Amino acid sequence: MFRATLKSLLARKVRLILSGLAVVLGVMFVSGAFVLTDTLGRSFDSVFADGFSEIDVNVAAKPKVELNEMEGEQTSAPLPAALVDRVKQVPGVASATGIVNADGARVIGSNGKVVSSFGPPQLGENWTGESDLLQLREGRAPQAEDEIVINKSLATTAKVQVGQKVGVLTAFESKKRDFTLVGILGYSGDRDSIGGVNEVFFTTPVAQRLMLGQPDTFSSITVSAADGVSDEKLRDDVARTLGADFDVKTGEQVAADASASLKEGLSFFNKILLGFAAVALLVGTFLILNTFSIIVAQRTRELALMRAIGASGRQIIGSVVLEAIAVGLIASVLGLAAGIGVGALLAFLFGKLAGGLTLAGIGVPAAAVIGSFGVGLVITVVAALLPALRASRIPPIAAMQDVATPDRPLTKITVTGSVVTGIGAVLLFLGLSGNADGQTLPTILGGVLFAFIGVALLTPLISRPVVSLLGAIFSWSVPGKLGRLNSGRNPRRTAITAAALMVGIALVTGVTVILDSAKGSISALAQDTIKAELVIAGVQGGPRPPSFDPGVLDQAKALPGVQLVDGEYGDMARVDGESTWVAASSDVASLRQIFGAKATAGDIDRLGPTQMLASSDTATSRGWSVGSTVNVQLTRGEARTYTVSGIYESSQLTNPVTLPPAAAKDFAIPQPIQGFIQLAPGARVADVQPQVEALLADSPEVSVADRDAFIEQQTSSLDGLLTMIQILLALAIIIAVLGIINTLALSVLERTRELGLLRAIGLRRGQTMGMITVEAVVISVFGALLGVAVGTGLGAAVVEALKDEGITDLILPWGQMGLFLGLAAIIGVVAAVLPAIRAARINVLGAIAHD
Amino acid sequence: MTATVGQQAQAAARANDVWKVYGSGEAQVIALRGVSAEFERGRFTAIMGPSGSGKSTLMHCLAGLDSVTRGTVQIGETTVTGLGDAGLTKLRRDKVGFIFQQFNLLPTLTAKENILLPLSIAGRKPDPAWYDTVINTVGLRDRLDHRPAQLSGGQQQRVACARALVSRPEVIFADEPTGNLDSRSGAEVLGFLRNSVREHGQTIVMVTHDPTAAAYADRVVFLADGEIVSELIEPTAETVLDTMKKLDTPAEVGN
Ligand SMILES: Nc1ncnc2c1ncn2[C@@H]1O[C@H](COP(=O)(O)OP(=O)(O)OP(=O)(O)O)[C@@H](O)[C@H]1O
Ligand SMILES: [Mg+2]
Repeated sequence: MFRATLKSLLARKVRLILSGLAVVLGVMFVSGAFVLTDTLGRSFDSVFADGFSEIDVNVAAKPKVELNEMEGEQTSAPLPAALVDRVKQVPGVASATGIVNADGARVIGSNGKVVSSFGPPQLGENWTGESDLLQLREGRAPQAEDEIVINKSLATTAKVQVGQKVGVLTAFESKKRDFTLVGILGYSGDRDSIGGVNEVFFTTPVAQRLMLGQPDTFSSITVSAADGVSDEKLRDDVARTLGADFDVKTGEQVAADASASLKEGLSFFNKILLGFAAVALLVGTFLILNTFSIIVAQRTRELALMRAIGASGRQIIGSVVLEAIAVGLIASVLGLAAGIGVGALLAFLFGKLAGGLTLAGIGVPAAAVIGSFGVGLVITVVAALLPALRASRIPPIAAMQDVATPDRPLTKITVTGSVVTGIGAVLLFLGLSGNADGQTLPTILGGVLFAFIGVALLTPLISRPVVSLLGAIFSWSVPGKLGRLNSGRNPRRTAITAAALMVGIALVTGVTVILDSAKGSISALAQDTIKAELVIAGVQGGPRPPSFDPGVLDQAKALPGVQLVDGEYGDMARVDGESTWVAASSDVASLRQIFGAKATAGDIDRLGPTQMLASSDTATSRGWSVGSTVNVQLTRGEARTYTVSGIYESSQLTNPVTLPPAAAKDFAIPQPIQGFIQLAPGARVADVQPQVEALLADSPEVSVADRDAFIEQQTSSLDGLLTMIQILLALAIIIAVLGIINTLALSVLERTRELGLLRAIGLRRGQTMGMITVEAVVISVFGALLGVAVGTGLGAAVVEALKDEGITDLILPWGQMGLFLGLAAIIGVVAAVLPAIRAARINVLGAIAHD
Repeated sequence: MTATVGQQAQAAARANDVWKVYGSGEAQVIALRGVSAEFERGRFTAIMGPSGSGKSTLMHCLAGLDSVTRGTVQIGETTVTGLGDAGLTKLRRDKVGFIFQQFNLLPTLTAKENILLPLSIAGRKPDPAWYDTVINTVGLRDRLDHRPAQLSGGQQQRVACARALVSRPEVIFADEPTGNLDSRSGAEVLGFLRNSVREHGQTIVMVTHDPTAAAYADRVVFLADGEIVSELIEPTAETVLDTMKKLDTPAEVGN
């Protein structure tokens, strides 16, 4: 029996390759995600281990506001310089050096643009001499106020040479300041950067002033141990001397902590990739189910013969499942291997993008292997179970009857489909209306999954009228008519094939509907509320938003034709103990006018130095009213108490909390990140814009745009997100295309005799190919139609649920939907190529004699 | 009429007042109308009759491939009627062998593998001596490693016969085993079937259209319109043909 199974598997290897390929692609996604994140994780480990290798013990102040990876970069508070001497007194300390090391040193390249790191920090530091890790490649150390040294990869990207004047923006100065580049440094092992980090070294006083904003302070103190003193002992001694206000860690700990926080982000990334893998595998499941169903149908007589000569139902199930296990195993192995390749390739690309991250060797984590085999085997076996069950029900008498298995009625499948769709709808409703007891995301995902499976089950019923309607388009020619009849002849087969395509297209459509609606709603709101004709802002490339020189705000105010100017600052702060985004406005009265804000309580037109404004939503949720006192801890400085003096009506565009302008100096970025300019009546945008542009000459991170361009720029990040999601979902669509190819190939094989007959009575090769192509196009367009319909439904449901979050307009992407349908037609043609060639090549005599 | 020949030996298969009705209402077809018959051990019985007379239906019912509407069927000691799937599977494994008109062999297996398939499905080892005997009788020793596609129709049918024989079933049912063969290959297969009855005491029930084929049997049972209408012992091609002619005439008049 085992042997018979294997033999029949081998004999049908071509048919199984395609369905196996679906599993291979899905598994590839899974193992690729694990390999990528594992490799990057270990690379970060080694980068940080390297970066902190020279440190025995590190002393830093506790951060004022602790942030997780999702909330942004954490900034630690500066240490007083006098602390260095206290540390030196601790027995066992060989030396202690004050270090300035902060993000936000942005070099302006020879093209006048700010060099971006696309992720890794851009550190501004004080020069403390060469070390084992870090050596000057060219030039000398910075000695004067206006001298800097930068690392080699930064110099290469910025295209600057030793001796040149180089403009730098610093953490506390978003106005360009010129320095003379006196040296270029590199790292041990002939590296030009460590993990893509850009480094700019100043003299210590300059670094303190520009990167920390205060003289005589340091970011941290690096301590080296005297001979014979262990790092751990030294750490404990230093910690005891300094007290609880400081973080004292060994170099190893610092490296591990820094790496751990990045890895938190990586594991989130991994989960997203696995989510897309799940979609691909869902589609793959449909495909495998279909393939096995067709194979079982084609083997009806063979299986019946086995039953007639004594095989039990269980043995038949066993033989189909065994086949599935074999396919699943092989596909898992191949998928794992392909995933390792893809993961390595992506890690390589990522390393390049992140400015030369030195990759740790590609490793295969256990999770990748377990995930691959688990997923590959389980999916294949589960998908084969239904067909196996059906195979076991084939009566032995079928071996003697020439009749094809009659079309089973669709009642049962339709009822099941309706029930499953109903469950999906209920879950979606519960999840979207927020009645899911804190299980919102799982409930929504479950709802989507059930909806997909339910619709897939209903597809055979829907396919009858839709397919015959679609096919009517092609019925003017004989091959077209035959193709149409063929696509309607096995509703289940057509349905599952189309359903596989539906999943991918529905998700893409749904996401497009949601994002377009979000974008449209926010744009419309912005158009309605923002009364500034000009906006100063930049496009964010890394973790740090672009900022500009606050002096520009006053200069702009003085320009002829300018009426109001408002500069916006922002910071992630702790407000009454909760992480909250707080803003500061250079001029709240202008802010109110420019945004047409309405007060719901108190006065929002002025703000004293200890007063704050809150949005109505925030005030409600925190229980604030005018006169409430609120404790605010900003990134820098001491916690302060503010009194709520006014509450404004919430909208998508309002900040939860607005502080007076003086608070901005304690923000992580103490410069404005957006500026709004309202013109005087009669002033023309075209006149004022160039003048503002001139003011921004020394703030190259930002530019001035008119309102429409600004809104477009701000919402364009949604476009990027959409493109990324579409690319990731493309895999699901590719798998669905494989499904169409597979179904067609199997159908061609099944109809060998019939095709031979058609050819014998005069159907030309081209006509044969046309017939197969029409069948494919009808199936794929049907799938796309379903997908667009289901996706629009899902998207509309989500948009409806997000009404309260400000997504008020439902925007249907008609253009995109049309594109999907057109694309589906092309997919059909492409999918038909191979099966059509095969059908056209059928040997007429052989096909008629074919048994 | 009931066929009651051969009371001496115990029957290998027996039908008691078997009715088989397909469909209902307008589309109702009564394929068998109260057929009772016994098929003795160690005998070669042919079933004949005009097309549509119910031959295949009777055979399927006897073999437990199809359920009966009324009446009972027995194979050896076992009452087939009322058996569940597990019981029927066991019956097919242990007591029944089949030879069909076509599609007898799995195309992916070699001749030898096809022959041994019922045993390997049942998880049994072949009796080597009996296996040798069977192979010698079918005369396919040099073709054992060939696939069905590489064998002629007659050779394929002989492989099918060998497969039915190798597990020594209580009874072998054959539905027009020579229907697709030319007369020479047909004769080979029939001769082989008769030998297995004569020399090894196998019981065979064969449905056929062909009087020459029927002449190989020890006894012929004639069906018309779902009823047994006649029977011949030690038939020859001529006596069979005569009986057939007699059966055909009233049927045509009836239509
Ligand atoms: N599955 C079925 N459904 C309905 N009627 C059937 C079915 N199978 C057979 N019949 C009918 O039962 C009657 C007997 O059929 P059966 O196949 O037994 O005839 P037969 O004697 O074997 O004929 P032939 O010599 O042509 O093979 C016929 O009238 C046939 O139409
Ligand atoms: Mg028949």
